[in-house]
Amino acid sequence: MSAATATEATPLLQLEGINTYYGPIHILQDSNLVVGEGELVCLLGGNASGKSTTLKTILGLVRPRTGRVLLNGEDVTTLPTAHRIRRGLAIVPENRRLFGPMTVLQNLEMGAYLRAKADLREEFERVYSLFPLLYERRSQLAGTLSGGEQQMVAMGRALMSKPKLLLMDEPSMGLAPILVEKSFEIIEQVNDSGVAMLVVEQNANVSLSIADRGYVLSTGRVVLQGNAAELLANEDLRKAYLGR
Amino acid sequence: MLRRRPGLVLVALLVATGLVLGLTQGWREIGQVTINGIVAGNYFALGAVGLTLIFGVLRLVNFAHGEFLTFGAYALLVGNALGLPLVLSVVCGVVATAVMGVGLEVVLWRPVRRRRVGELQLLLLALGLAFFMRNAIAFAAGPEDRATGANVTAGLHLGELRVGRTELIVTIVGLVTIALVALTLRYSSLGRQTRALADSIQLAETTGIDTDRIVLITWAASAGLAGLAGILYALPAGVANPGIGFSLILSIFAAVVVGGIGNAYGALAGGILIGLVQEWATLVIDPAMKVAVGFAVLIVVLLIRPAGLFGRGRSVDR
Repeated sequence: MSAATATEATPLLQLEGINTYYGPIHILQDSNLVVGEGELVCLLGGNASGKSTTLKTILGLVRPRTGRVLLNGEDVTTLPTAHRIRRGLAIVPENRRLFGPMTVLQNLEMGAYLRAKADLREEFERVYSLFPLLYERRSQLAGTLSGGEQQMVAMGRALMSKPKLLLMDEPSMGLAPILVEKSFEIIEQVNDSGVAMLVVEQNANVSLSIADRGYVLSTGRVVLQGNAAELLANEDLRKAYLGR
Repeated sequence: MLRRRPGLVLVALLVATGLVLGLTQGWREIGQVTINGIVAGNYFALGAVGLTLIFGVLRLVNFAHGEFLTFGAYALLVGNALGLPLVLSVVCGVVATAVMGVGLEVVLWRPVRRRRVGELQLLLLALGLAFFMRNAIAFAAGPEDRATGANVTAGLHLGELRVGRTELIVTIVGLVTIALVALTLRYSSLGRQTRALADSIQLAETTGIDTDRIVLITWAASAGLAGLAGILYALPAGVANPGIGFSLILSIFAAVVVGGIGNAYGALAGGILIGLVQEWATLVIDPAMKVAVGFAVLIVVLLIRPAGLFGRGRSVDR
C-alpha cells in the first residue's frame, strides 16, 4: 500500500504537530503520524527516542502542549484515556503488563469489561484459537507464567475489546529470538483479520518485514518515514539499525 | 504449610491458644473475652478494609483514617441531637462520612496527585489532616465525652456469659457488612475493577476502566466503612470523644499490615484477629497494654511472613 492510498480515507489515527514536554524537557517535537484502517505501521527508534511518549500521547496518559490527536477524524486530545479506549483503541503494554494476582481468564475478561458478558463468547473463541495455550492455562495466575506466555495473555487481553487499532509497545523486548518470530507471526495474523496496528519497536528488521509502513523516531523527531520496503532498503536506516 | 494455607495455620494457632487460655484462666473468662474480641474485631476489620483499599488503589497511607471513625461517631451524635431515631442516625452517620471522604478526594487528594506530589509529602499531608480534623471536631463539639444514646446496660445471658444487647446488634451489623464487602469485591464488576486498580492503576486505565470514578467510589466506601466502624465502637461504649479514632488507629494499622497491605480480605481477617488477640490478652496482662499485644502479634507474623498473612505478589513488571 503506497503512502498516497493510506491518506485517502479518514485515517484511524492521526497525530498532528504534537509537541510533548515532561516539565521543561521537550520530548516529542512536531510529530506527525498516520495509521489508516487495516494498516500495520511500525514506529522505530532507539532508547529515549520518544517512542513510549508517542504511545502515551495517543492513549492520553500524557497530554501534548500543542498539537492534536485524532481518532477517526475526531479530536480526542483532551479526552481521558478510558474514553479513547472506548473508541476502539487497545494497547499491549511494554513488558506485557498484566494483573498478576488474577488468573489468565480474569485478565482476558478485564480486557472486555466494557462489553456485555454475553457478547464475549466469540472473542474468547478468537483469542483461544490464536493462543490455544491460554485455554489450557486459563485458571493459572498470570503472574506465574513465562515471558512468552505473558505476551500471549497481554495480546489476548487487548484483543478481547475488539479494537479497531491495536498499539503494541516493544513486543520483542525480553523475548528469545524464536519467540520473537512467533510473536510477529501472530501480529501479522491479527492484522490480516482486519485490526490496524501500530507497533513500537527497536527491532527494525523483524517489524519492517511484516509492516506496511514505518516511521523512524530519533530524539523526539520523525527523521524517516515511508513504505516498509523503502525503509528496509534505506542506507541510513540500514547503518543505524540493521548494522550493515 | 504456613506458606500455602496461612488461614488454616492461623486458625489452628488461635484455637490452640484459646484452649490454653481457657484451661489456665477459666472457660467463662475465655468465653467472655472472645465475645469482646469479636465485637472489637468487627470495627477493626471495617476500619482496616477501608484503609487498605485506599493504600492499594492510591498508594496513600491515610493517617487521617482514624479521624473518619471519630467523624462517623460525631455524625451519629448530630443525628441524635436532631431527634432522629437511632437507626436513621447511624445511616446518616455513615453517609455523612462517605460524603466527607469523597469531598476530601475532590478538594485535596486529586489536585495534589495531579501535581505529582511525592509520597513523603502525601504522608505529611495526611498527618496534618488528621491533626486538623481531630482538633476541628474538638473545637466544634467540645473535648468532653458525649453519650451516644444507646442502651448499654441491657444484655443477654448465654449461660454464664453476658452479651450486651447493643453489642450483639453491632456485631451482627458488623459481620453482615464484612460479608457484603468481601462478596462485592470478589464477584461484582465494581469489585473486579477496584482490584485491578489496586494492582496497577496505570494498567487499569489502559483497559478502559474509568479510574477516576473507581477512585471516588473507593473513597466513599473507605470513609463510609470507617464511619460505621466508629459508630460500632461508640454505641456499645456509650460515649464518644474527639480522641476515639486516634485511640483505635494503631490497632487498625496493625490489622492492615497483618493481613497484607492492599489486600482487602486480609484486612478483614486481620481486624478480627487483632480484636481477638487484644481482648484475650486482657486475661493475662494489664488491659492498658492490650494494644501492645496486638503489635507483638504483628511483629511475629511479619517475621514469619513479611508480606503479611494474605499478602501476595503484585502486578507483573511494576
